[in-house]
Amino acid sequence: MNDAITRRDALLGAAATAGSLLLAGGNARAQARPTELRIGITTFLSGAASVFGVPARQAAELLFEEINKAGGIAGLPVRAYFVDEAPGTDHLVGEYRRLVQNEGVYVVFASISSGSCLACTPLSDEMRKTTLLWDCGTQRIFEEGKHPYAFRTQGYGTPEVLAPLLYLLKHKPDFRTLAVINQDYAWGRDSWELWKAAMDALKPGVRVVAEMFPRFGAPDYSTEVTRLLAARPDVILSTSWGGDLVTLVRQASERRLFERSTFVLPVAEASMQVLGRTMPAGHVIGARGDHWNNHPQPKDPARLAKFVDAYRAKYNEYPIYPCHHMAQAISALQAGLGRAIQAKGGGWPNDLELANAFRGLTFDTPTSSITLREDGQGLEDQIVGLSSFNDRFPFAVPRDMIMFPAAMVSTPVGQKSVDWLKTLKPEMLAQVPAPIAG
Amino acid sequence: MADWLADNTLLLGLALLDGLAYAALVFMVAVGLNLVFGVLRIVNVAHGSLFAIGAYSAASLGLAFASAGLPPWAGYAALVLAAALVGAVLGPLVERLVLRRIYGQEEVLQLLVTFALFMILEDVQKLIWGVQPVSQDLPMKLLGTVDVPFGDDVIPFTIYQLFVLPGVALATLIGLAWFLRRTLTGRVIVAVTTDKEAAMAMGIDAARVTLLTFTFGAALAALGGALASPTTSLVPGIGAQTIVLSFAVVATAGLGQIEGAALTSLLIGLGRSVAVYFAPEFEVVVPYIIMVAVLLVRPQGLFGVLETRRV
Repeated sequence: MNDAITRRDALLGAAATAGSLLLAGGNARAQARPTELRIGITTFLSGAASVFGVPARQAAELLFEEINKAGGIAGLPVRAYFVDEAPGTDHLVGEYRRLVQNEGVYVVFASISSGSCLACTPLSDEMRKTTLLWDCGTQRIFEEGKHPYAFRTQGYGTPEVLAPLLYLLKHKPDFRTLAVINQDYAWGRDSWELWKAAMDALKPGVRVVAEMFPRFGAPDYSTEVTRLLAARPDVILSTSWGGDLVTLVRQASERRLFERSTFVLPVAEASMQVLGRTMPAGHVIGARGDHWNNHPQPKDPARLAKFVDAYRAKYNEYPIYPCHHMAQAISALQAGLGRAIQAKGGGWPNDLELANAFRGLTFDTPTSSITLREDGQGLEDQIVGLSSFNDRFPFAVPRDMIMFPAAMVSTPVGQKSVDWLKTLKPEMLAQVPAPIAG
Repeated sequence: MADWLADNTLLLGLALLDGLAYAALVFMVAVGLNLVFGVLRIVNVAHGSLFAIGAYSAASLGLAFASAGLPPWAGYAALVLAAALVGAVLGPLVERLVLRRIYGQEEVLQLLVTFALFMILEDVQKLIWGVQPVSQDLPMKLLGTVDVPFGDDVIPFTIYQLFVLPGVALATLIGLAWFLRRTLTGRVIVAVTTDKEAAMAMGIDAARVTLLTFTFGAALAALGGALASPTTSLVPGIGAQTIVLSFAVVATAGLGQIEGAALTSLLIGLGRSVAVYFAPEFEVVVPYIIMVAVLLVRPQGLFGVLETRRV
């Protein structure tokens, strides 16, 4: 055949291809400074979890607007590409690739859903793209594998469950019975597994009188409330959130369940505005971090007030915790990129250099500082308190707050959360800090 | 078994009360879907959106009434008014602009079109009401609670859920049965449902009947949403959750069967509440277990009648 490939052609072709790849590799090492900083952001823009995703997007838009007015990040204007997580992980994986390959994003912020994060982190390894896990909570990410390009810029499930449990053990040490009512999906089940492991270790002998996992998005909890009223547990745990938590609290409150049992609601903060005065006082509430609007000792009170006021002015509501988590990811990016540029003597860092800058990075938030450990996990303090009302806010905020240092409630590097929680001793309670007045 | 029943009689009594309240809500949504299918022969996925918009509208109207200083009892009027408004506005709009173009078409096409409509209406809800949970529970709070004896204890139930919801559902069932069997308009609807071609040959304006039926079905879906709104929180996706359960009810009941929808709702409500007490792991699947069990024995549904294929 006339067009058959000869050995000489093949060798020439191979040499040319190798040369191209070398050139391409050389370009990657000496990455040119882009004209804008493109950031891919995955969040829920539809479905039930958009109660978190849309406020987070609003926070990102607000902050990027401010940042761009002030000259951008590292002198570059920021351009965000938002992607909806709601269609599921298969869709998200395609979108992640599109963001990196077609849109040329420099960094990806992923995601709210733990399932989304579990899908995106292997992609960050494969595509060598720095990925900041800005909100998801599953402990599995950094406990089941190494992800050199992924970093979580906030706490995660283990401290977010352990801190409320420790608070309960200090606040109501004599409780004997407990019931759980969590949403029937990964977080609802995982958070119960974490709680149960820690509770059995720290207070053995507590009797679990009901374990209920109503379907995600259930519109009615009447039956569950009746069962809880009949069972009369000392404590009711619910890690539910969004509309599910609002419905549960409303129905339980109306039927006086809050008068019979102490509720522990580790994800309550995001629902307090919607519940308003319906949320009963005196129950344990958490915020997946330390970013309460009434934080008693914020590291930078002016910065916290500026963010809260700007958000309220633009969107007519207080920022909820996903907004703070988004702000944390943006702060981490500013600090990490600055560090990478400094390490390169002012040059523009390539993907590997950028990722390396995040390991061990400490960045400031309005309320505290967060350090990214060697495994990529961020250490964020946890504040838990009792629901209460004051003149400043038309909704419940915590009182008698205890600030749990992140290192105290986080699984040590290299260990698995459930295994670590099982090793806890009741003596740990002696290390719990005293409540903060205010 | 007898020992188990003796030990759990009190709990079963509570489960019965819970089941009745839940069944009432399920029935209110499913009955509209069933009616629409019976006449239009379209499985309307957008029925869930009408439920959601009815719920959101009722909450908004209730809040507006409260802000306007109207007496608290006006909240109940808001529920009915919102449902009527949604039915009267969206019903004809959807039927005329969308459904009328797909009558008699492939079922796949009908599903796709109504699903597209559902997606559009979901976005409309977000556009109007945002994504944060919306609640207006004044109608539930206003009636307060009633204490049901439970051994030495008492269990508070809301009067709204224990009496109002089942009462409205029962009134709807009786009223609908009376309307369809005792009034001229109702009989015309039944005639079109039974044999559209024969009904048209007798001079019945089938187009008008379908418009009327869909508007009525839309209003029933909206009423279901409006009645549910004081007990729940309205969030994006609430319509999708509702429509899946409604389909299970309609399939189990037999398409177009009003009494079947009532009985199925009752079975599902009671089955679910018993599961919550004694086998919570099965709570989510109970409606579908009932559906599969019924369809295995009666493929046409509880009250469905076998039809010969016309083509």
